[in-house]
Amino acid sequence: MTRLWFLNRWVLFAVVAGGIAAFMDQDYYYTLLNFIGIHTLLVVGLNLLLGYAGQISLGHAAFFGLGAYTSGILTATVGVDPWLALVAGLAVSGTAAFLIGLPALKLRGYYLAMATLGFGIIVYIILNEASDLTGGPSGLSGIPSLSLAGFAFNTPRRLYLLIWILLGLILYISANLVNSRTGRAIRALHDGEAAAESLGVDTFRLKLKIFVWSALYASLAGSLFAHTLNFIAPSSFGFMFSIKLVTMVVLGGMASIWGSLLGAGALTVLPELLTVFHDFEMVIFGAILMAVMIFLPRGLVRGILDLYENRRYKRQGGSFPV
Amino acid sequence: MENFAPLLQYLISGLTNGAIYALIALGFGIIYNATTIINFAQGEMVMLGALCAISIYHVAPSLPLAFAGAVVLVTCVGLVFERLALRPVKDPTPIALIIITVGGAVLIKGVAMLIWGKEAYALPPFSGNDPIHLGPATILPQNLWVLGITAISVLALEAFFRLTLVGKAMRACAYNTRAARLVGIAAGRMVQLSFGLSAALGAGAGILIAPLTLGVYDMGTMLGLKGFSAAIIGGLGSLAGGVLGGLVLGVAEALATGFISSGYRDAVAFLLLLLVLFLRPQGLVGGRK
Amino acid sequence: MKTKAILGGLILALVGLGLIFLGCGDAKKTAPYVVGGIFSISGPASYLGEPERNSLEMVIGEVNAKGGINGHPIKLTIYDDEGDVTKARLHATKLAQDKNCLAVIGPSLTHTSMTTLEITQKAKLPLISCAAGSAITAPAKDRVWVFKTAQTDKMAVERIYQYLQKTNLKQVAILTVSTGFGVAGKEQLLSQASQYGIQVVAQEVFGEKDTDMTPQLTKLRGSTAQAVICWGTGPAPALVAKNMKQLGITIPLVQSHGVASKKFIELAGDAGDGIILPAGKLVIWQQLPDTDPQKAVCKEYAEKYHAKFKAPESSFGGYAYDAVRMLNQALTKAGNNRDKIRSELEGLKNFVGISGIFNMSPEDHNGLSPAAFVMVKIEKGEFKLID
Repeated sequence: MTRLWFLNRWVLFAVVAGGIAAFMDQDYYYTLLNFIGIHTLLVVGLNLLLGYAGQISLGHAAFFGLGAYTSGILTATVGVDPWLALVAGLAVSGTAAFLIGLPALKLRGYYLAMATLGFGIIVYIILNEASDLTGGPSGLSGIPSLSLAGFAFNTPRRLYLLIWILLGLILYISANLVNSRTGRAIRALHDGEAAAESLGVDTFRLKLKIFVWSALYASLAGSLFAHTLNFIAPSSFGFMFSIKLVTMVVLGGMASIWGSLLGAGALTVLPELLTVFHDFEMVIFGAILMAVMIFLPRGLVRGILDLYENRRYKRQGGSFPV
Repeated sequence: MENFAPLLQYLISGLTNGAIYALIALGFGIIYNATTIINFAQGEMVMLGALCAISIYHVAPSLPLAFAGAVVLVTCVGLVFERLALRPVKDPTPIALIIITVGGAVLIKGVAMLIWGKEAYALPPFSGNDPIHLGPATILPQNLWVLGITAISVLALEAFFRLTLVGKAMRACAYNTRAARLVGIAAGRMVQLSFGLSAALGAGAGILIAPLTLGVYDMGTMLGLKGFSAAIIGGLGSLAGGVLGGLVLGVAEALATGFISSGYRDAVAFLLLLLVLFLRPQGLVGGRK
Repeated sequence: MKTKAILGGLILALVGLGLIFLGCGDAKKTAPYVVGGIFSISGPASYLGEPERNSLEMVIGEVNAKGGINGHPIKLTIYDDEGDVTKARLHATKLAQDKNCLAVIGPSLTHTSMTTLEITQKAKLPLISCAAGSAITAPAKDRVWVFKTAQTDKMAVERIYQYLQKTNLKQVAILTVSTGFGVAGKEQLLSQASQYGIQVVAQEVFGEKDTDMTPQLTKLRGSTAQAVICWGTGPAPALVAKNMKQLGITIPLVQSHGVASKKFIELAGDAGDGIILPAGKLVIWQQLPDTDPQKAVCKEYAEKYHAKFKAPESSFGGYAYDAVRMLNQALTKAGNNRDKIRSELEGLKNFVGISGIFNMSPEDHNGLSPAAFVMVKIEKGEFKLID
């Protein structure tokens, strides 16, 4: 039963995503969907770390920025092939994550939060200050579009195809990862490190692996972002964006692959629809983070479902199975 | 000798900022000791302190009144924050607590922006604006106020924790909450007290620095992060460590600006944080954990 | 069970999303001229976006009250990019796909303008940016569809150096902020120095949010500089003035046009006295001689803005004011033809605006000269025209 539903979700994803591509012809909505896709990539990666491994990164925008700027600089300034630059971005971000995770993940609790926070700010400062390399605060322009066998992804619609096919792939890989043996070990980690250790899980290596993995997602998203906008500026990669990503994870639901799509989608679309977001953005993000974590720690969607089922179980005289 | 004049000026700048970082670091330390929570909203208390003092001064131009009023107001904010945001948490994992306090910081900042807008405001210095010449360097009376009040606060805190019954009870909670409960200490009260105390310290820091730096709704984030780095650098939970960490950080920043490059000043602060995290995670004065 | 529930929710969400998208087809409208606006109305740069939006709405309101342009009312579509490139890109895309949209005014910032122009260029949609960066319209041959009304940093630097040359100050120290504004200013300060026989003997930077510039100034004090030039916006330049006073540095302080506002004087307090800076003429329009053609335009704008919004007028709002008046002139002649509007804008000559007198050409899509700036000095809390 579960297996079947699981398969169906992918079919549904493909049908809806494909249907949109077939019937819609407005650049604005494609652009919006492209940003949703890019944000979802970031959020899925962060969710693996936050929701599954129980570790937090407060500087995820830095890996996003490293990917974007490696792609941007290598293609616009050096003239490297965009795909090669994308891979280089992955290498840079992965190495950075490895180097930070190596010492920070040996320690408990707050240390990864602090280390990533510090790293995020340092990267942001370098993007601003090293203007010879990065173009400085005014940004880096002239980034070419990606292309495959002569097919250039240079319109919102074509980019939509690229981003959402990649996203489907990444979601599939992530879902498999979570449901694999490694995935179960990861979840054991979240529930209790000591218990996981006693079951023979090398928790440190596992956490490190997840951390690097999530940095790679962010880097891929960054490269796609650079080739989508053809222009990047440091202001997209600041501390506030890292917080926004955490908010997306929390809203969509910790440890939920599909929740990531929802969280990223909601927080990308809502500010477009509701002007109330503009000056209240910080208040809303802060309130979401606090309220969800206090009242529905499993995320908004799962939390509401939990509440609903809990009530139903109670009505039937049973108790909610945890 | 030629290099001495700028060096002294860098030290004055570094120690003043360092003292502010130290006050914020102490706020982190007090809460951490009582609860093992890192309160990411600590920096926003600094901002609230500065802006509340400026607003009160605007209505009734008396600095002592502004100081006292702002400290009381922000202490209340700290207490309310603990009551509304942290006590109801059902599952206090570190992750949940980090996210909640980060959320609190963003929320407070957002509300402050709605109240005060995005503009910066000035607060007059406590006693005049005429620089005092100190050999080849100059120092403002306000710098002396910052250093003096920080020193007094640190001594008062130390005395509070060592000499008073409440202070001893708080320390007992920090060492072993369950044991403290067993001997009749109201641990919940102590947690509340720690939030109030650290909010007061943060507010004090904000009011002290406002005449030098102006007050603006987004000043708290960076100050909070720096104070937090100071706490880690010194050794989380150690009072002496927080002070040392703050001063080291402030001086390092000033020297880096003076001798290396002014653009990377904040990067130096966080690089120092990363270095300490990696080489000596227990901090400069912390013991092995 | 739960899986099913989640799945149900997901289907609903996605289908809903799809329906929203499909349902949003554009109804064809014909009569009004559609003009887009993208400004940083909220976010950190709202001090730019807000007066720009207000000025745009004010002018369009007047035009429509008088019956529109050649009988066509103007429909304004204004978006807030919050200073975020992603949002600016989205809004630009939305405006570009509207076939009725004839031109876009804004964005307020250099980086948001750079991402917007990628879209408007492709869509062949005229864009009149309100941001300062010279890269927005240079080279004009590549930026066929892009114009801008704000003075560039190059002109401000020329004015400062001309003034320093006149007062015989040859060695300067520069202190610039690490933002797009500061970096562009620094480039110009360094590249133009030699033309005016000026030597930059020290250069330092500071962060936008920095609150203590004494280390940088201490370093500058050790140099042979005869004047300090500070390039920044917001509260930090006021702190530079305060810190200089604290350190007892008495050489002249020159600031950029980024601080030409009352707020700066208020923040700097006593330390503000004696500061010299280039400013648009709007700041001191009362002190202009009656022969200056800009005086009347500035007077009209200042008085109208004041009356309508009960807030002080600002040079930033002036950028949008000039842009929309320019566009109205082009619309009057060219009608609803984007190509003709573009040619009209490019051919604009002797257009008297708030920010200066514009003379556009195929090589210059800004059209201003250094005469757009005057040098002013802060005396007793007021700007005073000195050159």
